[in-house]
Amino acid sequence: MTGFWLIVRRDVVMAWRQGGDGFMAIMFFLITVTLFPLSVGPESTILARIGAAVVWVAALLATLLSLERMFQSDFEDGSLDLMAITPLSLEAVVLAKCLANWLLTGAPLLLAAPVLAMMLHMDREGLAIFVTAMALGTPSLVFTGAIGAALTVGARRGGVLLTLLVLPLYIPVLIFGVGAVEAAVMGQPAQPHLLVLGGLLLGTLPLGLWASTAALRQALE
Amino acid sequence: MNDTKSPSRNAPKAPEAAGADRPQDNGGGLFTGRGLVCVRGGRTVFEGLDFTLKSGDALVLLGPNGSGKSSLLRIMAGLLKPGGGDLLWYGYAVTDDPESHHARQHYVGHLDGLKAAMTVSENLSFWTGLRMGEAPPPGLIRNALDTFGLDHLADFPARMLSAGQKRRLSLARVLASPADLWLLDEPAVALDRESVATLEQAIARHRRRGGMVVVATHSEIALSRAWPLYLDRFAPSSGLAELREDAATALGDGGHKSARASRQEAQP
Amino acid sequence: MHRFANPKRFLRIAAVVLPWSTALTVALLGLGLYFALLASPADYQQGESVRIMYVHVPAAWMALFVYSCLAAASAVALIWKHPVADLVAKASAPIGACFTFIALATGSIWGKPMWGVWWVWDARLTSVLILFFFYMGHIALTSAFEDASRGERAAAILALVGFINIPVIKWSVDWWNTLHQPASMIRMDGPAIHTSMLAPLLIMAAAFTAYYVTVLILRLRGEILTRKIGALRMTRIQDRQEERTPHMKEV
Repeated sequence: MTGFWLIVRRDVVMAWRQGGDGFMAIMFFLITVTLFPLSVGPESTILARIGAAVVWVAALLATLLSLERMFQSDFEDGSLDLMAITPLSLEAVVLAKCLANWLLTGAPLLLAAPVLAMMLHMDREGLAIFVTAMALGTPSLVFTGAIGAALTVGARRGGVLLTLLVLPLYIPVLIFGVGAVEAAVMGQPAQPHLLVLGGLLLGTLPLGLWASTAALRQALE
Repeated sequence: MNDTKSPSRNAPKAPEAAGADRPQDNGGGLFTGRGLVCVRGGRTVFEGLDFTLKSGDALVLLGPNGSGKSSLLRIMAGLLKPGGGDLLWYGYAVTDDPESHHARQHYVGHLDGLKAAMTVSENLSFWTGLRMGEAPPPGLIRNALDTFGLDHLADFPARMLSAGQKRRLSLARVLASPADLWLLDEPAVALDRESVATLEQAIARHRRRGGMVVVATHSEIALSRAWPLYLDRFAPSSGLAELREDAATALGDGGHKSARASRQEAQP
Repeated sequence: MHRFANPKRFLRIAAVVLPWSTALTVALLGLGLYFALLASPADYQQGESVRIMYVHVPAAWMALFVYSCLAAASAVALIWKHPVADLVAKASAPIGACFTFIALATGSIWGKPMWGVWWVWDARLTSVLILFFFYMGHIALTSAFEDASRGERAAAILALVGFINIPVIKWSVDWWNTLHQPASMIRMDGPAIHTSMLAPLLIMAAAFTAYYVTVLILRLRGEILTRKIGALRMTRIQDRQEERTPHMKEV
C-alpha cells in the first residue's frame, strides 16, 4: 500500500473509530431533508420543485461540518508536521485527505440521495441527472472546502471563519447542480449544466490542491 | 569549523572520527548551514548562523528559551523557511530537492503525531510506511517497539499511554526506518533514566554507521564528542537604537531628537 | 532590520504623493459631481434617476480594480515576500469592500424603478455579491490569527483563489442572459455611450481612483507605524528580560 493509500485509510479508520465524525454529516443530511417535507406540507408539486435545491443545500452544509476536522486534529497533534516532511509531496497528502473526506461524506450522500429524492417525489428523469450532478459536484465541494479548512487551521473561531470563506466558493456548484436537476425535470437538456459541473470539478481540483498546500505550509511555519 | 561566530568557544576541537570514510563533497561537509536567519512574528530570532556537520557528527543546540532551538530544527527539517541564508547537503541547496531531503531525515518535534484511537503498532506502522512508501513488515515494527520497551503495549490504543511512553513511541519511529540525519527536539523530556540510556545508545549506533544527529536538549543526554551551538550568540545585536531612529523619521521628528536619543543611550 | 528597510522608502514616497492625491481627489470629485448631477443630460427613458449611474458604475469598476490590486499585491507578497505588499493587500480590502457595497446598494436603488425589483439572482449581481463575500473573508482572515503575518499570508492565498471571480464578473453579462445590461464600455467596438455621459463617468472613475490611492496611503502609513511601535515594544521587553537574566551558559 503506497503512502497515499495509507493516509486515506488512516483518515477513514479514524473517523470510523471515533464514531461521530462521518456519520454526523449523514445524520444531519437526513434530518434536514426530512424536516423540509414536514414543514412545507405534503403537496407533491412543491416538493418536486424544491426537492433538488433542498438536497443540494443539505449536502453542502453537511460537507461543511466535516471540513473543520480535515486538518485541525492533525495540526494539533503534530501529524501535519510529519506529513509535510515525508517523501510524499504535500499535494499528494492533501489529495489523499480530500479523497478520504469524500469517501466519508460525498459517497454516502451519493448513496442516500436517490432514497431522499424519492421521498421528495422527484421524477425518474430527474433522478438520474441528479445522481450524476451529485457525483460531479460533491468532489468539487471537498476540494474547495479543503481550501477553507487549510486557510483556517489554527485560527480563532475557525469554524465560523471557515463557513464564511467556503460558502462563496460553493455557490457556483450549487447553482449549476440545482440547475441541472431542474432542467431535467422540466424536460430541458441538462447537459450544459452537467458539463459546467464537470468543468468546475476539473478547475477546483488543481486550484484546491494548490491553495490548500500553500495554506498548510504557511500554517506550519 | 562549526561555530564561526564565537571566537571564545571553550569546547575542544573534535578529533577526526577514526576510520570513517569521508565521502567526497562539494564544499565543506555533508550538511551545512550558512548565514541562516530566523524571523518569527516580526522579530529576528537569530542571524548569521553557520554550522557544518560531517558523517558521524552530533550537534547540540543550546540556549535559553526563545533563542530559536526549535526554529532551527524546523529550518533544518524543511518545515520553516529561513529568513535568509542557505541550507546545503553535499554543497547543493536543500531547497532544490526538498523531497530527497525529507527522505533522508527523521524529525522528532515537541508533539508526537500520535492518534489516540489507533493502537501503538498502528501508529508506528503508519509513519514508517509513509516514509518507506509501502506497508512495513511487522517484524520491523516489533523490533523498534522492543528497543524502547513498548512491545507489550503494541495493541493498546495510544490514548492509554503515559507521556513518557508516548515519547518513547515517537523515538521508536526513528529506529524503525533508516535515515542519514536525525533532528531531535528535546527528545529526553518525560523519559526515565533507562530510556535515556537507550536513546543514547541508539544515537551512538547511528553515528557509528555514519549518521548525523542534531539535538536540542537541556543536558540530560550524554553525547560523546558533540559540537555545541549556542544560539543566543546569534541573536541580533539590539536594534533598539536603529528602531527608535526609524520611528522618529517616520513620525517626522527629524534628525535632532533621534541623535539626542542615541547619545543618551551611549551613556549608561 | 531588513523588514523595515523598504517601508522607510515607501513612507518617504508617500509623504510626497499624499498631498497631490488628496487635492486630486477633491478636485475630481467636485468636477465629476458637477457634471453628473448638473451638466449632463437626463436619460430619455429613465429621466433623472439615471444619475445614480454616475456613482454606481464607477463604484463597480473600483470594486474590480481594487480587488485586482489586492490580488497583485498578494501575489507579490507570496512570491517575493515584500513586506509592503502584504500591507497593501490588507489596507485595500476594506476600501474595496466599501466600493462593492456601494455598487450593490446603488444598483439596487437604481434597479427598483428600472426593473421593478430590488434584487435578482442573475449572473452579474450574484458574482458581485460573491466578490463582496471574498472581501469580507479577506478582512476576517487577516485578523483571525494570533500571529498577524500568518493571517496576512493566508489572506493572500484567499485573494488569489478569489481572483477567478473577476473575469466572471466582467463577462457574466455576455455569457448569460442577465437582467443587467450588457457591456457598453470596454468592448471590441469601443464604448457605446455618448460623450456627454461618458465624460462624467470617467471623471468620477478618476475621482474614485484618486480617493483609493489617498486612503490607501493613509492606511498604509498607519499600519507601518503600528508595526514599528509593536516592534519597539517587543525589543524593550527583550531588553528588560536580558537585564534580569544574563546569558545562561549551560551544557
